[in-house]
Amino acid sequence: MTQPGASEDRPRVLLAANRVSRKFGAFTAVDDVTLRVEAGEVVGLLGANGAGKTTLIRMLLGLLATSEGEVELFGSSPDREGRRRLGYTPQGLGLYRDLTVRENLAFSAQAYEVAVPELPEALRPVADRLIAELPLGLQRQLAFLSALAHSPEVLVMDEPTSGVDALARAALWDTIHEQAEKGVGVLVSTHNMAEAEQCDRLLLMSRARLVAQGSQADIIGSTTAVSVRTNDWARAFAVLNEAGQPVMLAGRDVRVADADPEQVRRVLSDGRVRADVSGIPATIEERMMVLSRASEEL
Amino acid sequence: MTYTVRSATVRFGDTLALQDVSLQIEPGSVVAVVGGDGAGKTTLLRTLVGEVQLEHGQVNAPPPWEIGYMPATAGSWASLTVEQNMDFVGGIYGLSGSALASRRDELLERASLEQTADRLASQLSGGMRRKLGFAMAMLHEPALLVLDEPSTGIDPVSRVDLWRLVSEAAAAGAAVVMSTTYLDEAERAGSLLALDGGQTLAKGTLGDVLGAFGGAITATATPRRREWAWRRGRAYHEYWPTLADLPLDACALTPDLEDVVVTLSMLKRHDKELAS
Repeated sequence: MTQPGASEDRPRVLLAANRVSRKFGAFTAVDDVTLRVEAGEVVGLLGANGAGKTTLIRMLLGLLATSEGEVELFGSSPDREGRRRLGYTPQGLGLYRDLTVRENLAFSAQAYEVAVPELPEALRPVADRLIAELPLGLQRQLAFLSALAHSPEVLVMDEPTSGVDALARAALWDTIHEQAEKGVGVLVSTHNMAEAEQCDRLLLMSRARLVAQGSQADIIGSTTAVSVRTNDWARAFAVLNEAGQPVMLAGRDVRVADADPEQVRRVLSDGRVRADVSGIPATIEERMMVLSRASEEL
Repeated sequence: MTYTVRSATVRFGDTLALQDVSLQIEPGSVVAVVGGDGAGKTTLLRTLVGEVQLEHGQVNAPPPWEIGYMPATAGSWASLTVEQNMDFVGGIYGLSGSALASRRDELLERASLEQTADRLASQLSGGMRRKLGFAMAMLHEPALLVLDEPSTGIDPVSRVDLWRLVSEAAAAGAAVVMSTTYLDEAERAGSLLALDGGQTLAKGTLGDVLGAFGGAITATATPRRREWAWRRGRAYHEYWPTLADLPLDACALTPDLEDVVVTLSMLKRHDKELAS
């Protein structure tokens, strides 16, 4: 028997996919993906281009039918009513470039039948300027404001801070975390590792499948990389690259993803490179590289 | 030969696009110019290519035929195939016959584009198109490679491929300068120049930049001065001018590049507000 109030303690699932697949002819764009976004959490969706992120998001928004499995938005299949309670910022921002800031806000407020939001300080001096004339940071701020005007309960954002400087990115993430703290469920699709670091939980897609999920620490797990400290990075790089090791430049040193320090040491000593070799924790990017290579080999 | 931009100031009409910015690129190294939209990255790179007039300052760059330039826009012809793009650019640099063919095939193979040689550039994915642009810029073995946002918008796996190509070029002796909006890429380069509103925020190796930072950073769930704090995940990072300013219960952490760049940008904005 359910205890009174028990449902209050249970996280409220706002957006869910249950064993969802999508085929286009013989091509499987999304293969058996299960996920959920709960009230108050920020979930990051990572993956290479072509991994199926955009197809998945279109199904979550109810803009594309699933081939198999079900999508639930606020507990039922996504429809117009559900979409009214959702805010979406596409990567292209979805603003009208030949309208002014004020006109863009009025337009989206009217579409959602809500009052036009007040302009924040940063946007007031440019209220009557055309979008096309604004710096990208202000355009992104306006896109956020438009997406939030109808107080959505779920936010879906594609590369929300792409192209802006570190300070503008920090301000935009302040807004995203404030929304989450108000109970909004946020799904962010991104290629930017600094954005991934801002999320509570990450979903990693490769080749149409969800290959890992959890916190950044969960996903990295025990994966390590090898750090190679040397006075001659160029030679160390050339020798390791020649030997087929996944070597990367790291400042004045180099790193090798998913490698065995002993083997790296051997390759370097065969190539007569003096270097200090040690195992270090992998980055999320290196982990992604390993996972996507593994899924390609399947 | 070290290539340099010295105290460059560039004005477009009323806009000061660059203000007293200097840059140094050694052969066999990668320099990252990092900043957001409007920081002046493209303008700075274009001074090296000779596409921008300086109001003040000097540029020391090799002659055009020893520069490989990849602009932020496409950089390839959409209606030509991958191979035709390479051959066309090769022709401009006076390469032909078997010399062109072998150099072209080697670069396409290194960029994993050999299977797509007959595909139109317009049919390539974003990541592939950036790699093609890179291969085109590299065709004539330039002494100086100038890459404008080669990795913007491409996925992490393609970005790793692209960085391998960039590193190979530098390891083989080229001087490479690339712009980026990603701070993790600036950390990966041998040295970096952070720009904001046409001005230098920080420059040097990552160690130089972190070492020159005078302030202290704390991590906290409840910032004392919200205007000097920003989010890192659910927690905040907060800036303090000196260690002596730290609250007694707070513990300073080792700042990373993001902490330093965010703080320097906040300080700059603060100074500007005070001045006006």
